[in-house]
Amino acid sequence: MTPLLQVKGLTKRYGARIGCADVSFDLYPGEVMGIVGESGSGKSTLLNCLAGHLEADSGHVMFDTRAEGLRDVRAMSEPERRMLARTDWAFVHQNPRDGLRMGVSAGGNVGERLMAVGARHYGDIRAQAQDWLGRVEIAADRIDDRPTAFSGGMQQRLQIARNLVTGPRLVFMDEPTGGLDVSVQARLLDLLRGLVREMGLSAVIVTHDLAVVRLLAHRLMVMKSGHVVEAGLTDQVLDDPQHGYTQLLVSSVLQA
Amino acid sequence: MSDYNFAYLDEQTKRMIRRAILKALAVPGYQVPFASREMPMPYGWGTGGVQVSAACLVPEDRLKVIDQGADDTTNAVSIRRFFEKTAGVATTGRTSEATLIQTRHRIPEEPLTRDQILVYQVPIPEPLRFLEPRETETRKMHALEEYGLVHVKLYEDIARHGQIATSYAYPVKVEGRYVMDPSPIPKFDNPKLESEAIQLFGAGREQRIHALPPHCKVVSLDFEDHPFEASKADHDCDLCGSGTSYLDEVIVDDAGGRMFVCSDTDYCETRRGAGHRGRLAATGQEDAA
Ligand SMILES: Nc1ncnc2c1ncn2[C@@H]1O[C@H](COP(=O)(O)OP(=O)(O)OP(=O)(O)O)[C@@H](O)[C@H]1O
Ligand SMILES: [Mg+2]
Repeated sequence: MTPLLQVKGLTKRYGARIGCADVSFDLYPGEVMGIVGESGSGKSTLLNCLAGHLEADSGHVMFDTRAEGLRDVRAMSEPERRMLARTDWAFVHQNPRDGLRMGVSAGGNVGERLMAVGARHYGDIRAQAQDWLGRVEIAADRIDDRPTAFSGGMQQRLQIARNLVTGPRLVFMDEPTGGLDVSVQARLLDLLRGLVREMGLSAVIVTHDLAVVRLLAHRLMVMKSGHVVEAGLTDQVLDDPQHGYTQLLVSSVLQA
Repeated sequence: MSDYNFAYLDEQTKRMIRRAILKALAVPGYQVPFASREMPMPYGWGTGGVQVSAACLVPEDRLKVIDQGADDTTNAVSIRRFFEKTAGVATTGRTSEATLIQTRHRIPEEPLTRDQILVYQVPIPEPLRFLEPRETETRKMHALEEYGLVHVKLYEDIARHGQIATSYAYPVKVEGRYVMDPSPIPKFDNPKLESEAIQLFGAGREQRIHALPPHCKVVSLDFEDHPFEASKADHDCDLCGSGTSYLDEVIVDDAGGRMFVCSDTDYCETRRGAGHRGRLAATGQEDAA
């Protein structure tokens, strides 16, 4: 089976400081990879290099494109990469304001990706937006409201709907439940888990909340100072951590 | 005569602007940056259009200046005087007699010909600005033809008003490539953007020039189930009786009486001169209007 995403030796430095170093892993279709580690360990750097938001210094990010099979994303032209970003890929930001258009209605936010790939029938776009709002548990009568009128949890659900409406194959998420109340987090996690299963999504999720990876991730990478110090099946890593740093992390000594 | 160079701008500047105009004509709908000069009038008074006109005028030209369809508004009068004084060119109110027409907010009703240049005053040339404030991003969107956002704007219109409520500055796609803001003309005028004349758009504050060469394909963007409509008030002109020209609604007395008249005053006068009469023309109200 071809991996959907194949990462080899990915390295990013900020001057002399290491962002992430020599990261390699494969992600198979339908798999969710969790990335955990303390603050500053390089999780966001890695995710942004994968998604093409940051230019890595070296390494390869191979993606199994529909048309041509495995391609090195870093060698793609910018138009190709941007096309990928609004079709097969999705990116859920920690802060919904970074991933939403705050001046555009909920329906317009969800419809944007459809229109970006050529949808030109208002009725169809609206019906799909309506459907997706329902799937993320936003009431139908909120479709014309702007996200500024939504709670943090609703904004995050809206961001998820906006990202998933075009049926992406790979979703990047950076702390999708960060900054939310605990009860709101639980509901969002439930929802995410349902969607991931239902759509057979592949995802890379960055978090420093071990409960999040426990619920969502099949596999886990533990990062420290830019390096992956341990990787494996989620339950294995969490229940029987091998690396000293992971042991500390799991025993919650390092948890924020 | 005067202390000005012909048409106010120095030859270097005119050359720079002409280069921008030629580039704009070569890449229809593309916004070409140019180094806008200080003009002896405030931004918002058509400094972009004035610079483009100044770069195009020759002594043989006959200039017409219109503002909202009329030749006698303050803005139109002052721009016309400006060129009378600085270029000494002849001026006219007749669309058919003009060789260069500078306009704000309207395209003349009378079809333009291959011998004419239409210069638009443009406040905001960037059609994506309302949803994407970052210039670096809008430039990239144009470069990569990522125009989904324009439809997001139209979607919002329909969601809020039940129809596409954008009635001015209605976005168009030029030659199947660049999305362009046609300046704040009523969408009624959009079909006239496909013309025999050369059309030049000058934005002074934003320092951009874009253009439509003759016979260029210009499509107004829309949805399949909400097609573009070049709408106007559903009346005939009360003065000249035209059923096809764009109308202004005018209050005529304190009792709330109103009439509809052509926004293009030259068009209306020419028709009346040819004997056409509207609903209220016979009563002599045209003199009062
Ligand atoms: N733009 C930048 N310029 C310089 N150094 C940076 C920059 N962004 C991140 N770093 C550094 O790179 C390292 C990794 O940062 P990164 O943001 O990837 O960590 P993180 O694991 O996402 O942390 P957090 O959990 O706090 O979000 C840190 O040492 C950080 O200070
Ligand atoms: Mg981070």
